[in-house]
Amino acid sequence: MKVAIIKYNAGNIFSVDYALRRLGVEAEITGDIEKIQTADKVIFPGVGEAETTMQYLKEHRLDEVIKGLKQPTLGICIGMQLMCQSSEEAANGNVQCLGIFDEKVKKFIPNAQINKVPHMGWNTITNCQSPLLTSLPENPYFYYVHSFYATLGKDTIAQTDYIHPYSAALHKDNFYAVQFHPEKSGAMGEIVLKNFLELC
Amino acid sequence: MLAKRIIPCLDIKDGQTVKGINFVNIRNVGDPVELGAEYSRQGADELVFLDITASHEGRKTFADLVKRIARNISIPFTVGGGIHELKDVDTLLSAGADKVSINSAAIKNPNLISEVAKNFGSQVCTVAIDAKLDESGEWTCYLNGGRIATEKKLFSWAKEAQERGAGEILFTSMNHDGVKQGFANDALAVLSESLSIPVIASGGAGAMEHFKDVFEKGKADAALAASIFHFHEIAIPDLKNYLAGEGIPMRIVKP
Repeated sequence: MKVAIIKYNAGNIFSVDYALRRLGVEAEITGDIEKIQTADKVIFPGVGEAETTMQYLKEHRLDEVIKGLKQPTLGICIGMQLMCQSSEEAANGNVQCLGIFDEKVKKFIPNAQINKVPHMGWNTITNCQSPLLTSLPENPYFYYVHSFYATLGKDTIAQTDYIHPYSAALHKDNFYAVQFHPEKSGAMGEIVLKNFLELC
Repeated sequence: MLAKRIIPCLDIKDGQTVKGINFVNIRNVGDPVELGAEYSRQGADELVFLDITASHEGRKTFADLVKRIARNISIPFTVGGGIHELKDVDTLLSAGADKVSINSAAIKNPNLISEVAKNFGSQVCTVAIDAKLDESGEWTCYLNGGRIATEKKLFSWAKEAQERGAGEILFTSMNHDGVKQGFANDALAVLSESLSIPVIASGGAGAMEHFKDVFEKGKADAALAASIFHFHEIAIPDLKNYLAGEGIPMRIVKP
């Protein structure tokens, strides 16, 4: 099985590679369009900022490439957010994203009870409904670091509650995405990555 | 619900955990990777690896070690000690660290926080503060592992660090560190309520009740400890089960 990890101007892509290696899978970290298009599975990971990352993807034609993928594709964190309609993480407060999912990405507004942003640490996911999230115990914990979130919508396949409920994971056609970091979520994260590798 | 985090801290010298640590169920407790993996299995939520090596050679060893940790451990980890400039941060993040902890270098050059946040994002930038409550009732920040007093005060310095782009504050109370009588809960509560970024409490853990207090009274988002975990005074699974029973949100890991 050929797994491509999309290389772009974002940090933290090596940890996804390391996590796959622990599962015995040798992935290729690549920005090469042909290699991405011909892989059996594609992972779109990263930690970064939406507007500059979208700009980078456009400049390298990766926006059209990602939208056109037909194989199972997994967005992680900023990868998931960029697969949504739009994001508030931009200088003028709105940047158009890839539009694969219908959901929009908004900024967390702290309230009196929860005053910490970013949402950093381990939180549970509920209402799991997807082969991506099968074989997990009830209310499993995953590791999160983010200040923006995807709204709940028809593509939502799991939700997390921080300040309010939001999309922990999304699915549409061959596209899957998670806001948490499966590569940093211990045994639970390994289950999700294994599930993804087994999708056809 | 977001869980409160339990974080063991490992001191590293020349690529090895410092002597005296005793674990029955792993082969080489001197190997930070094995010890870190064992803590991860026990349910630690994150790990901190602090390089206390002084030599240049030791630094290189530490970067190699960070690579091995990143390859082998599947929970987030922070590395600190000996970070002087942006290049050091780049080296450690490129080796696979999730976050870096900056202490003395941030006090000497506060702009380093801004640079790290701008280049790598706030989420990687933990600012560690060692502070001592002096006779006048003020918390004074110290340099070089608590040896040199500075002009900076805990609350204003933490606020400045946040404004410059720190993603987290790791506050060690020098009055409480090593005493094992509980964390600096009063100062922690003030700190946590005045900041919009998470606060990690350090210094003073001696009993399981101290962790309950640091989360409830000290309003900390995470608690860090070293010797009580290393010397089996408290086992992480017992601690987490106790805290969960006390109504503190905890990630319980089944073995």
